Amino acid sequence: MSDPVPEYPIIVEGLVNRFGSFTIHQDLDLKVRRGEIIGVVGGSGTGKSVLMRSIIGLQIPAEGSIEVLGHSITEAEDDEDIDIRSRWGVLFQGGALFSTLTVGENVEVPLKQFYPELSDELRQEIARFKVQLSGLPEEAAYKYPSELSGGMKKRAGLARALALDPELLFLDEPTAGLDPIGAAAFDRLTRELKETLGLTVFLITHDLDTLYEICDRVAVLADKQVIAVGTIPELLATDHPWIQEYFNGPRGRNAKDSQDRVKGMDKLSAGSS
Amino acid sequence: MHLCRHPFSDMNKNGMRQWADFSLVEGEGGGEGTTLAIEGPLRVHAIGDLDRRLEQLDHPFNRVDLSGVTEIDTTGAWLAWQFAEDHDAEIVGESEQARRLIAAISSVEDRPYDPPPEPGPIKRVAAETGEIVAGWGTGFVAVLGFLGATLSSFGSIIAHPGRMRWKALVRQMQLVGVNSLPIIGLMSFLIGIVIAQQGAVQLAQFGAEIYTINLTGRLSLRELGILMTAIMVAGRSGSAFAAQIGTMNLTEEIDAMRTIGVSPMEALVVPRVLAAMLMMPLLGFYSAVLAIIGGAFISAFALDIPFFTFLSRIQEVVPIHDLWIGLIKGPVFGLIVSLAGCYHGMQVKGNAEEVGLRTTQAVVTAIFTVIVLDAFFAIFFSELGWE
Repeated sequence: MSDPVPEYPIIVEGLVNRFGSFTIHQDLDLKVRRGEIIGVVGGSGTGKSVLMRSIIGLQIPAEGSIEVLGHSITEAEDDEDIDIRSRWGVLFQGGALFSTLTVGENVEVPLKQFYPELSDELRQEIARFKVQLSGLPEEAAYKYPSELSGGMKKRAGLARALALDPELLFLDEPTAGLDPIGAAAFDRLTRELKETLGLTVFLITHDLDTLYEICDRVAVLADKQVIAVGTIPELLATDHPWIQEYFNGPRGRNAKDSQDRVKGMDKLSAGSS
Repeated sequence: MHLCRHPFSDMNKNGMRQWADFSLVEGEGGGEGTTLAIEGPLRVHAIGDLDRRLEQLDHPFNRVDLSGVTEIDTTGAWLAWQFAEDHDAEIVGESEQARRLIAAISSVEDRPYDPPPEPGPIKRVAAETGEIVAGWGTGFVAVLGFLGATLSSFGSIIAHPGRMRWKALVRQMQLVGVNSLPIIGLMSFLIGIVIAQQGAVQLAQFGAEIYTINLTGRLSLRELGILMTAIMVAGRSGSAFAAQIGTMNLTEEIDAMRTIGVSPMEALVVPRVLAAMLMMPLLGFYSAVLAIIGGAFISAFALDIPFFTFLSRIQEVVPIHDLWIGLIKGPVFGLIVSLAGCYHGMQVKGNAEEVGLRTTQAVVTAIFTVIVLDAFFAIFFSELGWE
């Protein structure tokens, strides 16, 4: 039923977004490769979330074209969209869980929407193991969102985003507000999912550890455009002042050091065995 | 070897959807016992009723063969793994991806599906009834407590007048009062027409059409003007109070106020309650005037009583205490409507549904209490001799 994933699952060309007279994006271009985790960084207010909302069709851009999994989002009729909607999962910043449903029922919503032929038991079982796969205890499936902490809401939101095993995953600041252990576990989970399921991940983050740890490439948003896309060493080779400050600031250096330490230890253990 | 025909296979004609299927293989593949061979795409969109059909198999299995699986995802892997676990079977022929998925899934602790027990319908009805009855008592105490807190906020504002939020008060007066003038005016005008016209039809049987003026004037000034206004304000503003404050509660705005040292009672509740108490008598009087004009208007056409004669007769037949009764009831009804809205708004907890429930409750309790109190006032003023 699903067409193969094209080489570039997300293609954004000449995107212009305006709020009133205020321009957020001007001729923004971005291509995301199949099977990569692309990190999107940028200062506050540079339109990272707006870019994500444009790609998933929640924000209608003023100009430009957006293609997701080979389907045009900017020209799509409503019905045509639905086929792609079952192939992506979105995690919003606050989790955006349906507050009148339990976590388990939240995960069941997309399953019920797209695959009504599944039996109730199987759907509940799928919801239950997705909740556990996202790192929540089993009891969490029966709780309401208002009974969960911020980090747990994020995990529950991830469980819902992954309910259909999507080919594309959008994560809006998944590790913000998580404790460092939880954030590292979340990073591991994202990478594991990408490797086992071959996901393409569009990840908005401020977390430098996440960037170093799991992102294949990083896209930098500044001056209303994507000013650079590449691996972190490639970005460091550019001389844009914002990029330099971002990665060479005290936090950037710390994240890099810890990454180097991990790699050094890996080398040591590889050499000794 | 026998193949199971798929019940949905007719859907394959359009070539859109291919379903996962299975077959049973006896003693093949270099081993004893039965092998379950799963074929096709083992993905969530292709599973259909595969799990139900697998459940119907009561057959010992030694192996689950995944070599015919073209695609697999976590749901498919979970299904295969679960089947293998249940039948103590071994998974063979799986792809690299399937192996990884199964490894990830089998790390999930497998405990039996054990949702919290649900009581039967009789127990539920009894429990809910009990909760509602118990809620009356606590609800009454809570409303009294809220009234007390509002009054003490009034007190502290009178002691420190600098803390009064005049801008918020004026804004609320505009929302509650000025913005509702058109709808209350139209409603009152039409009600005046109905009272005069219907009254005249009945009174004509006694040849007493002239008393239509008494009926319209006294009824609208004394009872209907303020009562209809209270109901309209409960629907317009009481509900808005509950929804606004309730949403602010959900988004933690009220908690944020408290931490900054701003009392939500002073900042949110006092301006709203005060605005409603100030505007309600004015709106009630305005409503009565419009109802009388409506009555005069229809009388000029239907009863041959000239428009201005009707108005000047009102002065003669309506005692001044009818006006006082309407004006005295105004602030009381305003207090009830705004208090119900603010109280229910402050009680919102948890989710978006609660905002809706509390808004409904605010309007219903406000209108109910206003009507009960209106009956009380009617007897009270009659006993006072204001007949």
